[in-house]
Amino acid sequence: MSNVTYTSVETPGEDIYAGSYETTEGTIYNLAGGDWDTIAAAPEGEKERIVVNMGPQHPSTHGVLRLILELDGETVTDARCGIGYLHTGIEKNMEFRTWVQGVTFVTRMDYLTPFFNEAAYCLAVEKLLGITEQIPERASVIRVLMMELNRVSSHLVALATGGMELGALTAMTFGFRERELVLDLFEMVTGLRMNSAFIRPGGVAQDLPADGEKAIRDTLPLLRKRMKDTADLLIDNAIWMGRTVDVGYLDLQGCMALGITGPVLRSAGLPHDLRKSQPYCGYETDEFDVPTQTYCDAYGRFLIRIAEMHESLKIVEQCLDRLAPGPVMVEDKKIAWPAQLAIGADGQGNSTEHIKHIMSESMEALIHHFKLVTEGFTVPPGQAYAAVESPRGELGAHVVSAGGTRPYRVHFRDPSFNNLQATAAMSEGAMVADVIAAVASIDPVMGGVDR
Amino acid sequence: MGLEEKLPSGILLTSVEKVAGYARKGSLWPATFGLACCAIEMMATGGPRYDIARFGMEVFRASPRHADLMIVAGRVSQKMAPVLRQIYDQMPNPKWVLAMGVCASSGGMFNNYAVVQGVDHVVPVDMYLPGCPPRPEMLIDAILKIHDQIQDMKLGANARAEMLENEQLALAAPSILDKEGLLRRRPRTPRWSPMG
Amino acid sequence: MVPDGVSELDVIGVRQGSFNIAGSGDTSGFGGLVSPIVMPGPSERPYGGWFDEVADEIELSLQARNLPAASVIEKVVVDRGEITFFVHRHHLVEFARVLRDEPGLRFEMCMGVNGVHYPEDAGRELHACYPFLSITHNRRIRVEVTAPDADPHIPSIVGVYPSNDWHERETWDFFGIVFDGHPSLTRIEMPDDWAGHPQRKDYPLGGIPVEYKGATIPAPDNRRAYN
Repeated sequence: MSNVTYTSVETPGEDIYAGSYETTEGTIYNLAGGDWDTIAAAPEGEKERIVVNMGPQHPSTHGVLRLILELDGETVTDARCGIGYLHTGIEKNMEFRTWVQGVTFVTRMDYLTPFFNEAAYCLAVEKLLGITEQIPERASVIRVLMMELNRVSSHLVALATGGMELGALTAMTFGFRERELVLDLFEMVTGLRMNSAFIRPGGVAQDLPADGEKAIRDTLPLLRKRMKDTADLLIDNAIWMGRTVDVGYLDLQGCMALGITGPVLRSAGLPHDLRKSQPYCGYETDEFDVPTQTYCDAYGRFLIRIAEMHESLKIVEQCLDRLAPGPVMVEDKKIAWPAQLAIGADGQGNSTEHIKHIMSESMEALIHHFKLVTEGFTVPPGQAYAAVESPRGELGAHVVSAGGTRPYRVHFRDPSFNNLQATAAMSEGAMVADVIAAVASIDPVMGGVDR
Repeated sequence: MGLEEKLPSGILLTSVEKVAGYARKGSLWPATFGLACCAIEMMATGGPRYDIARFGMEVFRASPRHADLMIVAGRVSQKMAPVLRQIYDQMPNPKWVLAMGVCASSGGMFNNYAVVQGVDHVVPVDMYLPGCPPRPEMLIDAILKIHDQIQDMKLGANARAEMLENEQLALAAPSILDKEGLLRRRPRTPRWSPMG
Repeated sequence: MVPDGVSELDVIGVRQGSFNIAGSGDTSGFGGLVSPIVMPGPSERPYGGWFDEVADEIELSLQARNLPAASVIEKVVVDRGEITFFVHRHHLVEFARVLRDEPGLRFEMCMGVNGVHYPEDAGRELHACYPFLSITHNRRIRVEVTAPDADPHIPSIVGVYPSNDWHERETWDFFGIVFDGHPSLTRIEMPDDWAGHPQRKDYPLGGIPVEYKGATIPAPDNRRAYN
């Protein structure tokens, strides 16, 4: 029963969350509502600093981010971020799971871009295995296809939540409406709307369905048309520009000092994109532009995100043209994920052909299936670092293997973790409302920040 | 509360319960407690396709003091648990908690030092919704089940009687280990023994 | 327990048995298997590709600063298309300055710190890996620094690469590596009053046994493992 009242054991009228206590710097007063008298009764002459906590539960802090703002009126004199409210211990948990099971953990880090997390991890594992050259081309093309669609869906959420935080609620409904189209495609290809564990070391989990290509092609013009709605609503909109122009300013010098990558760096004028400079998964054969702006502010980043979505759709079309029949998993049977899924009569997904093969036709296939699924493959000792260009910046996976069936250490260099350090540089001297716009333009995802 | 606390058990109280239940479930306001991936699916449920505005629930109140339903959407880390409890305490009665997703229900796939193994360690939960993340349709199903709970919620004297009854049931309930699920019990005496 | 042709430095541990079970649980015979875990060893010149150019630049720059390369760089490992410089921790800040400022190197971005804990690598238990990226020359290298458990101090490079601020705090939080010179080395991911450093190998995973009706499954770190 959750509507039972509890009586507090403290003195009645005392709020356990409020009160005052002494420190070397003076008295600190915590206010929880209805107790302004405690401050009013404080002695005059004490140095007054107002610290406002935009706590982890807040509609506008883009996730469980705690912003500690020191205010002088409406101006922010000091801004600090408190993070760690979503720390899940994913990296340590992966040390007790096999290499392929690591994909299911890794996909939930930056939950808006699951395919990028998986791709970075799998590229690093494949580097350690030494099979980067043997990944079939169809697998790489499907990886790029899913990653670019993920980029579109991630930027849609960035625009939607950014708009909502600044008050443009229609941007939120537009963004989520478009995102549903992309999630339908994800569900058709991988079986899940989010967190699909689709990209695995060696290739992808399964091939596109028979009508997959056509479905994706049919969705693209609809996506383009609908994305135009959001663009028309916000670009050159006086209110939107008033909230985002010259807000969250961080020029190139600031970006380089803080190690910022992604749309924030590109809004400062530097066209740095790992897909162009250090291509992976076949990006070198795709034709696309890297949108760059010189405004260095939130408006510039917003324009870049819209342009990047259109570029991603271009890449998706090129991928669909490049799809040639072929395997989607590496040939080496000691590494390739053996199981196949198909929607069967029971609607639950086991491929009866694969089961017939391993149970009735080939003992070796059964042994491989069993060993690969329970024990997993071993990876020779060493360490590797693989980076992909996620919608937020450079997402790097540093993987250390001690020669076993489990990772020895996996660490993700998450772009949101790094880029959030710029909050202070962007917000100090601005007003409280600009802090929200600045954080929204960095577009951090707290799952990636805290891991 | 008011009048309903003073009414004796009977047809009048039952009618008031029905009306109060109908009114409460018709505009249940959720508190924004989106933490991780489930929060995105919760936002999608509020989006145009899986509209929960048709249940009167599109106003996600940021302030817990205005909210009725706390949908804990996502994994609760050790650092977030006191914040969760504080938000729950700040919600006025009557309030309900829906643990959305496996991480909120039981810790999910993260059985480790950093995640609270189920928010029922921190707040009392009325509805558990498994899924990783649960589809918006699943979330709507769970919300409708909570609506049914609210519709049938007892007030006043009936509520007090129900509480006592539930307490007796809970005290007598067996632990999960003692229950029998799909696992067949091992026979106490072996059917075959090497001793003949 | 060092195989032929491998230096002591590269053996980071010993793998015993096959199923992570001690005692009579393992009847397969693999329980007696003992094999060393050997990480890739130091590489000889020429390293191949642009690695030599970078290594030469580094050595020259260090010499110009009166630091003989042999005393700064412990070993260079070229493995799987990546080059790793193992640097003595006392010279880390100078090394970072060289990487950032020399025009031939120009590694503008440090991609953070990753801590790795090798409890059986005596005297070098804590490793801190710094990936660096040069946008100008489009190159990546890694710098690795070791510190013993008994003295887990590594100088902080926040003065050279301010972006490492939170990364070093995270590595302190998870491994207990104290970064000397960091402006505010406090916990960042765990609650402020947490005891212990969770991602060290001697810290348990912390899970609870999973209850089912009539059975429990132990937590992930207590289950059978395939080594």
